[in-house]
Amino acid sequence: MLPFEADLRRLKTRKQNRTYRKEWIVSNAAGTPVLSARGLRKEHGKGEGLVRAVDGVDLDVSAGETVAIMGPSGCGKSTLLHLLGGLDRPSAGEVSLNGRRIDNISEKALARMRRTEVSYVFQSFHLMEELTAVENVELAALLAGRSPRVARRRAEELLDQLGLAGRERFLPSALSGGQRQRVAVARALSNEPLVVLADEPTGNLDSAATLDVLQLFKDLHESGQTLVIVTHDARIAATADRKFSMRDGAFVDETWLTGGTTGQLGALVGLED
Amino acid sequence: MGRILLVIRLALRDLRRRRTEAALLLIAILAATTTLTLGLVLRDAAGDPYQSTRAATKGPDVVANANLAGLTELGKLATASGVTEHSGPYPVIAGKLEASGRTSDVQAMGRDATVAAVDQPEVTQGSWVSDGGVVLEAAFADSLDVGVGDSVALGGRSFKVVGVAVTAAMPPYPGASCIVSAGCINGAIPDDRDLPAGLLHNPGLVWLTQADVRSLASDRSSLSYVMNLKLAEPDKAQAFVDRTGGDHGGAMPMQTWESILADATDLARDSQILLLIGAWLLGLLAVASLSVLVGGRMADQTKRIGLLKAVGGTPGLVAAVLLAEYLLVAVVAAAAGLMIGALTAPLLTESSAGLVGGAGTASLTWSTIGLVTAVALGVAVVATTVPAVRAAQSSTVSALADAARPPRRTGWLITLSARLPVPLLLALRVTARRPRRVVLGVVSIAVTVSGIYVLLVLNAFLTDQPGTGAYTEAQVAVLRHVLLVWTVILLTLAAVNAIVITWATVLDNRHASALARALGATPREVTVALATAQVLPALLGAVMGVFPGGFLLFASINTITGGDSDKATLPAPWQLIALVLATVLVVAALTSVPAHLGGRRPVTATL
Repeated sequence: MLPFEADLRRLKTRKQNRTYRKEWIVSNAAGTPVLSARGLRKEHGKGEGLVRAVDGVDLDVSAGETVAIMGPSGCGKSTLLHLLGGLDRPSAGEVSLNGRRIDNISEKALARMRRTEVSYVFQSFHLMEELTAVENVELAALLAGRSPRVARRRAEELLDQLGLAGRERFLPSALSGGQRQRVAVARALSNEPLVVLADEPTGNLDSAATLDVLQLFKDLHESGQTLVIVTHDARIAATADRKFSMRDGAFVDETWLTGGTTGQLGALVGLED
Repeated sequence: MGRILLVIRLALRDLRRRRTEAALLLIAILAATTTLTLGLVLRDAAGDPYQSTRAATKGPDVVANANLAGLTELGKLATASGVTEHSGPYPVIAGKLEASGRTSDVQAMGRDATVAAVDQPEVTQGSWVSDGGVVLEAAFADSLDVGVGDSVALGGRSFKVVGVAVTAAMPPYPGASCIVSAGCINGAIPDDRDLPAGLLHNPGLVWLTQADVRSLASDRSSLSYVMNLKLAEPDKAQAFVDRTGGDHGGAMPMQTWESILADATDLARDSQILLLIGAWLLGLLAVASLSVLVGGRMADQTKRIGLLKAVGGTPGLVAAVLLAEYLLVAVVAAAAGLMIGALTAPLLTESSAGLVGGAGTASLTWSTIGLVTAVALGVAVVATTVPAVRAAQSSTVSALADAARPPRRTGWLITLSARLPVPLLLALRVTARRPRRVVLGVVSIAVTVSGIYVLLVLNAFLTDQPGTGAYTEAQVAVLRHVLLVWTVILLTLAAVNAIVITWATVLDNRHASALARALGATPREVTVALATAQVLPALLGAVMGVFPGGFLLFASINTITGGDSDKATLPAPWQLIALVLATVLVVAALTSVPAHLGGRRPVTATL
């Protein structure tokens, strides 16, 4: 049995009971992508120093789909993710979330969008060191205007689902890498976003923690959460529905991984014998 | 030697690389050193000209005066035990002098044309007395705007001004001591008070020949007499006065040279006390600015420290480089403060115009240079040593990774903030992350507001002058200059502090701010949070600056100067409320720009 199998099973059960997500998936099943990009470009510098970090990317992500974007360091994966989530503005091209253009809206509107429609999981977790696990998770809900009581209840519920029951009052410094990333994932889920964008979520983790987080993402995928995961790790890409390879700011390959992964995940990704 | 050069070169390079911060550091220390220099130079400026005048004029150790009835007793002083030399008795008459369309009370002293053994006034313009010619005390002549060659009327007779002179036997106008039996009153007279007939008000001093003085007297009894004495032991002048006063029934007024010195330098001493108190307040503010600046720079220099250590720099070398930066700035600030203080001090020493080389001769002494430099270096060392040593002892690996100093956790504040709107939620958490910086911010504002409180009290006091108090208009003008210097430097340093603390907060919170924005906070919410994080401590600091800060500071000044607080008008409640609100508004305005920049930093570049 995997170390977190019991927790994950419980997570699946609870997720399956959440009817709102099923309804949402049905409403988007007609084929409208929840997230799309057209001719997306991001340039830095000018003249001879011009660098195209993202160079003409087209992408459609359907509801409930997990997309992995792979490529070597510096190929533009993270920049693309920032553009997709409205953290950065493109030099050219369009980004739409749930059918609405977000590349030309105000900073304020982008901020509001990030409260409820899109959220991030970062490679280095980006947890606030002075806040406990539960305070980190509830922060996103508080910023979205939820009441403190609702935000706290939701945060505790998520931490419980992600196997961190009993560690709610721990500071990030007292948690392992894998646990910190779970807290970051819980934070990303606290406002029930349409899309979770994960930037190298296992990049800072050891093998055991990587397996833990892989399992978590797989479970999120199965629960119907739309995921875009940027990684240079083939093992995490193997959990996706589709995989894009990126070179020099552009997609060079797209692979459909039918139904995502099956079987023993640890064995699949080479972490277990 | 090579190592010292390396340390200096590295320190200079880093200062050049961060010019704005270096300039702010310089301003912070400069404000304190300039004010301290002014205070110290004023002390010397007031004391030294009197000593010079005393030496140049054969200044008396004791001045005694009597009316006609006491003339015999006065004459006996010449042979009293301990007296080595004397001059006089000289006749003195009270009168009115008309010049330049103004009428002033005067004490006209009859002197010989020959040089006296004691108290021979030093002629600064023209010549000494001659029949029909009058010599005016220099500060009195200044006040009347009368010079050699002008004509004045005295006792209905016209006299030609033949000279202007200074003396150490009497404080300069308008603080002259009274040597006529009619009596005198100095300072302002309330409108509702009637003076006794014949009493002189702010009398000036003039010298005539003895014959001219006697000719002005209607009868001998209207004359008073003055005798100047040199003692074998000048330092025991007061003992002499106590002893001989007892012998003569205590009826003969006498003044020691020490009391004349105190009266002559009264105004300068008040100015100096104000400036020295201001200097210490500014020193506190400078420590607050430096602590924040140094802390911010250290956080910024983490990687550089790691690099220095990685290429073989010892913790000692690293600490030396960091310390050297601030010590270099402190030395420059001390030198500049000494120069500015010495150059501007003459503007505040007008009261010594009646002494030899009075105004404009404020000069630096080695003790002033040493003290100012020590304070500048002390401020730098106090603010720098701990962070420099901490940085030097940090792990090379974590320094290379540019690991930020972990923020503090203040649980109750985090819990409280969860119930507040987003900007306040973020603001309280920004505040909770660095309690030491918040304390510095509160102290900085409290010190500033305490200073402003005292300035309000003193300004109200001076506004009432010369209607009620002890200062004339000219003296009020000098003290107003002092207060202006205080105000400008205090507000400048407070403004520097507010900006520095905000900028340090912005830099320190760039990651937290970026993360908040990634989680959905708008740039405006982050901007308001960063500004509010400064305004909340400013509000607390402003309230504390009024009470107990202002009250305590004012009480301290009264205790030091021996002032009577009952004579002062304390600010009205509306003024205090306005002061607190104005402080908060000014801090909000000063912090808005750095907060705005901090709230709009690109999220992706930071994360």
